[in-house]
Amino acid sequence: MADLRELYQEIILEHSKTPRNFRPMEGANRQAEGYNPLCGDHYTIFMDVADESIRDISFQGSGCAISKASASMMSQALKGKTRQQAEELFEQFHRVVTGEPGSDTSALGKLEIFAGVANFPTRIKCATLAWHTLQAALRGEQVASTE
Amino acid sequence: MSAATAEVVAGFDVKKVRADFPILSRKVHGLPLVYLDNAATTQKPRAVIDTLTRYYTEENANIHRGVHQLSQIATDAHDAARRTVQRFLNAADPAEIIFTRGATESINLVAQTYGRTHVGAGDEVVITAMEHHSNIVPWQILCEEKGARLRIAPINDAGELLLDEFEALLNAKTKLVGVAHISNALGTVNPIARIVEIAHSKGIPVLVDGAQSVPHLPVDVQALGCDFYAFSGHKIYGPTGIGVLYGKRALLEAMPPWQGGGDMIRSVTFEKTLYNQLPYKFEAGTPDIAGAIGLGAALDYLSGIGIENALAHEHALLEYGTKALEAIPGLRLIGTAKEKAGVLSFVMENIHPHDIGTILDQQGIAIRTGHHCAQPLMHRFGIPATARASLAVYNTTADLDALVGGIHKLKEVFA
Ligand SMILES: Cc1ncc(COP(=O)(O)O)c(C=O)c1O
Repeated sequence: MADLRELYQEIILEHSKTPRNFRPMEGANRQAEGYNPLCGDHYTIFMDVADESIRDISFQGSGCAISKASASMMSQALKGKTRQQAEELFEQFHRVVTGEPGSDTSALGKLEIFAGVANFPTRIKCATLAWHTLQAALRGEQVASTE
Repeated sequence: MSAATAEVVAGFDVKKVRADFPILSRKVHGLPLVYLDNAATTQKPRAVIDTLTRYYTEENANIHRGVHQLSQIATDAHDAARRTVQRFLNAADPAEIIFTRGATESINLVAQTYGRTHVGAGDEVVITAMEHHSNIVPWQILCEEKGARLRIAPINDAGELLLDEFEALLNAKTKLVGVAHISNALGTVNPIARIVEIAHSKGIPVLVDGAQSVPHLPVDVQALGCDFYAFSGHKIYGPTGIGVLYGKRALLEAMPPWQGGGDMIRSVTFEKTLYNQLPYKFEAGTPDIAGAIGLGAALDYLSGIGIENALAHEHALLEYGTKALEAIPGLRLIGTAKEKAGVLSFVMENIHPHDIGTILDQQGIAIRTGHHCAQPLMHRFGIPATARASLAVYNTTADLDALVGGIHKLKEVFA
C-alpha cells in the first residue's frame, strides 16, 4: 500500500482532476489521436508548431488519472520547447517510467514525480500514451496506439 | 457486514471447495488473494491439475493412431471426455460435441463453414448489442466477404435485450442469429429458449455464445433448442486451450469441413479426399488431448460438488455483492437486468476503472478493468470502460467484503 502513494502523488491527482491545457485548439497545425486499446483511454493532442518550436499545445479526451495527469503535465513542460527538446525529454521520461537501470530523473523537472510508475508495470502505457501521441503528431502521423 | 465467512447456502461448504483450489491460498503483494476475475478465467481445482499431471506422466500418446497400448488409453480418455461434455450439455449424441481451442474458435468455425455456405450477398446475420468481440468480428469478416449485412438487436438501459425489436429485425434475408447466453460485461442472462423459439418460427438457426453461461447456469441444449452452442474450458475450471462447439447433428453433417489435415479424413488421394465422420470432420490435426481430458475432469469436479448448490451459492453472493456495492455513494452498477449471473460491473464518479483496478490489486484483490472485449456495448452505455468483479463457486462473502473495503480505500486515495 505504501507504493500507492508513490504512484498517485498529490500533484498527479490534482492534474487529473483539473488538467491544464485541456481544450481543443483551433488552427492547430499538428494533431494526433492516441488510443490504449486495452483500457479505452483516448486522447487528442493539438499543437501549433512554427520554426521547429512548439508555440502552443493542448489536449482533449478521457482516460485514467495517470494518463490524464501525464498529458496535462507534458503540455506544461513542452510549451515553448523545440521539437528536438521534446523528443529528448520523451526519451528520458520513457527511461524513467520504464525503470531502465541508470535512468536519470534530474532532467525531468516536475515530471520526475512519474518515476513511481516504474513499480507498476501495468501502468507504464498510461503514463506514456500522451507522449506517444505527441511524437506521432510531431512526425506528421495521425494515430498512435500503445499496442 | 455480518457473518462474513458464513456459508450462504445450506449444504454447500465453500471452505471445503476453496481447499480444492491450491492457488487460492497464495498471496499477492503480501496479502491473501481475493480472486474476483472469474469471467476472464477461473482458477483450477486440484482434480484438474492432477488429471493433467497424470495424463502427461502416465498416459501421454497420440490418439486414433497407434496400435500400442498408450495410444489406446489416451484415445479412450479423450472419448470419455467428449461423453462427459455431452452429458453436461445434455446433447443427444457425442458426435455433436466438437473440441476446439475455445469459444472464439467455435464461433469462427460456424462462421467459416455454416456461414460461408448459407450467407450470401444481401443476406443478414443478427447479433445483439451486448456481444463479446468474439461473437461480433467473425460475423463482420463473413459479412464483408459475402456482401451481407450484420444487424444489431438493441438493449435497454438495464442491459436487457429488447425482444420485440429483436424479432422485428428477423426477416427472409436473415440467415443466422448469434447471441450470448450471459453477457460477460453485464451479467445479463438472455432468454435463449424464447429467442430460439422466435428465430425458429422464421426458420432461422441460432448460435449461442455460452462462454459465460456454462459456469453459471445448468445448460440443456436440447431444452434450449439452439442449433450451435460454444464455450471455453478455461472459464469453467478447466485448462486453457480447449473449448467446445455443440452443433445439431443434421447441421454439422451438412456443413463443409473447416481446417484440413490429419484425423479429419477417411481417405486421401491427390484427386479426391473423403472426409471423416462427425465429430472428427471438424477436428483436423492432433488436438489438445490433455486439455480435453482436463475439461472432462473440471466438469466432473463441478458435478461432484453439486452444481445446484454451487450455483445457488453464487447467486446468493451476487445478491449480497449487489446490495453492498449499491450502498457505496458515487458507485453505479452497469448491468442491472432482472435475470443476472456472475458479474458485478461498475463505474465510479471521478475515478477511472483503470485506477480502481490498480488500487484494488495493491490490496490483493483481482478484478478486471477495461472494455471487456465489448467496445460497442461500452459505447451503448456512454462509458469507456468498467471495473468488473466476477464470481465463481469458491468466492465468499468475505471476498465481497474485501472488495467493498478496497473501494473505500480507493475513495481515500482519491479524496
Ligand atoms: C461472452 C464471451 N464470449 C466469448 C469469449 C471468448 O472466449 P475465449 O477467449 O476463451 O475464446 C468470452 C471470453 O471472455 C466471453 O466472455
